[in-house]
Amino acid sequence: MSTAMIYLDGLSVLGPGLPDWGTAAACLRGERPFVAAELALPAVLALPATERRRVGTAVKLAMATGFAAVADAAADAAQLVNVFSSTGGDCDNCHNLLEVLASDERLISPTRFHNSVHNAPAGYWGIATGCTAASTSLCAYDATFAAALIETATQVLASGQAAVLVAFDTAYPQPLYSQRPIPYPMGVGMVLAPQRTAASKAALQLAFTRDAADVMADAGLEQLRRTIPAARSLPLLQLLASGQPGCVVLEYLDDCQLAVTVSA
Amino acid sequence: MQALRLSAYTLTTALGRGQAPHLAALRAQRGGIVKKRWETVEFDVCVGEVAGLDEVRLPATLADYDCRNNRLALLGLQQDGFAAQVQAAIGSYGTDRIGVFMGSSTSGILSTEVAYRQRDPHSGALPPDLHYRETHNAYSVADFVRKYFALSGPAMVVSTACSSSAKVFGTAQRMLAAGLIDAAIVGGVDSLCLTTIYGFSSLQLVSSQPCRPFDAARDGISIGEGAAYVLLERGDLARPGDIILTGVGESSDAYHMSSPHPEGRGAHMAMQQALQMSGLQPADIGYINLHGTATPSNDAAEGAAVLALFGKDTPCSSTKGHTGHTLGAAGGIEAIFSALALREGLLPGGVGTSQTDPALPCNYLLHNVEQPLQHVLSNSFGFGGSNCSLVFSRVDA
Repeated sequence: MSTAMIYLDGLSVLGPGLPDWGTAAACLRGERPFVAAELALPAVLALPATERRRVGTAVKLAMATGFAAVADAAADAAQLVNVFSSTGGDCDNCHNLLEVLASDERLISPTRFHNSVHNAPAGYWGIATGCTAASTSLCAYDATFAAALIETATQVLASGQAAVLVAFDTAYPQPLYSQRPIPYPMGVGMVLAPQRTAASKAALQLAFTRDAADVMADAGLEQLRRTIPAARSLPLLQLLASGQPGCVVLEYLDDCQLAVTVSA
Repeated sequence: MQALRLSAYTLTTALGRGQAPHLAALRAQRGGIVKKRWETVEFDVCVGEVAGLDEVRLPATLADYDCRNNRLALLGLQQDGFAAQVQAAIGSYGTDRIGVFMGSSTSGILSTEVAYRQRDPHSGALPPDLHYRETHNAYSVADFVRKYFALSGPAMVVSTACSSSAKVFGTAQRMLAAGLIDAAIVGGVDSLCLTTIYGFSSLQLVSSQPCRPFDAARDGISIGEGAAYVLLERGDLARPGDIILTGVGESSDAYHMSSPHPEGRGAHMAMQQALQMSGLQPADIGYINLHGTATPSNDAAEGAAVLALFGKDTPCSSTKGHTGHTLGAAGGIEAIFSALALREGLLPGGVGTSQTDPALPCNYLLHNVEQPLQHVLSNSFGFGGSNCSLVFSRVDA
């Protein structure tokens, strides 16, 4: 069985060689070649200066991804239920804490400690936007994007309110990089709404399936899909870029994949 | 909302394994927090430690998941016949239709902390027996539970600091309402590690003695560990005497990363929404299991919000004096304390608290009260300003 219909009002992508949705859509349609390149992330101007100085790649990426999706939907961030998903949270911060704890002087920075919670980007989002609505931060290892899409969709259906999904991943430095080799930071944002609005680009329905997950034909994009959890969204983004109705299967968990039906 | 039945529930903390030692400890107002030298921590610390985790052995097929957190997860699953109840649910619904939504803030990071101490001095490489995916990654405990039962439905870990395992009740409720599942295993597992002991110490939020929630002299938390599980099914299956989830409220403080809004703005919103969803008035709530961490600012913010919404009369207490603050597992553990309170008609008096703060004139229970309960509210508020309140009710005879 599938969920009731929900509507995609806003979309954003920030990834290697994919600096915005327009460029990403052209790559996904095959109109321009995909070439991975470092991503430049803006400072989070919405945060107070004291907070802004403290935040690293993970928070910058999550903020930029969320704000771009909200702007695309012409929505008010302060009103949106929000879901933040990431496989590792702030990986640089985690590595730093582990190094300090392994040293003779275990002088943990209080700021680094509170930034170590998985929901730190969600906390900064609330501070930056003034949003007091429900906020969830979650993880499902490689299945994190599909898990977040399900959580956001069911939030929208249950609350009857629009929600923003921010899926982001960053890389660990060594030595944890060898255990979790995510090659580039990448973020995907979506604003989902319970009813069709002037901003709605497509209608979505979700269902579980045992069918195999779709893969990308382009080798570079397929490499991203396989190595960055947020990029498991690429088959859906490709279908959305085509502007056509259809159905894709996103990689989720063993024996349980996520089918997404896109209609006008 | 459509109410959900708590078909089975179990908890394991410093008070013991399963419901019986917890009820005994509540009745005796006995806490499980002890002062000790833990792992390689260089100072004495008061912790709520679960006994016997070093002896727990994971099934051979799940050997890669071996870490303190998953040992605790397994030990918890084996209490109160919980695993058998899950097997019965699998028989009814099939493996595809049961979700696993767990809350955790620590996951098995202790393993990586130890591994960082054992890095190769030349190459910096981690020891080969570290399994990041199965132990350290936030998802590992839900993955472990899902594999333990060979389930093939949806799963994830919510990691919103100390509200984590309260919020998974909301996830399960929404997933059932959307028709994607028929039942869910929800709960939380968090275990002692250096990150939280040194981290909370750096913020000067750890008490030098067992914590004293809502006490005038409260001076910080005691870190605990624990596992809690609840099997949730549709509420229309509930029979008289059963415990059901009737309300979930979630909000954000939008204020500060590690300090609550001083007036408890987010706490107030979460409690109000939970009441609204359950269709209840404040006067209907017979007992509030407070978040009650025992830090000066957390208790002040929560107390202000409780007073504003409920006034001075509603009985309340924090069970963190019994178990310590089990962080990502606290919401699940306190949900089960709430269910036990409803089932037994037992309003637990707090442990560790002797003189309640006159600035927080709530009806904080210093002694047990035995009286029938119909509705209980449980609060869980976390770093990053993440708040969740749950309402549990007893089905009328």
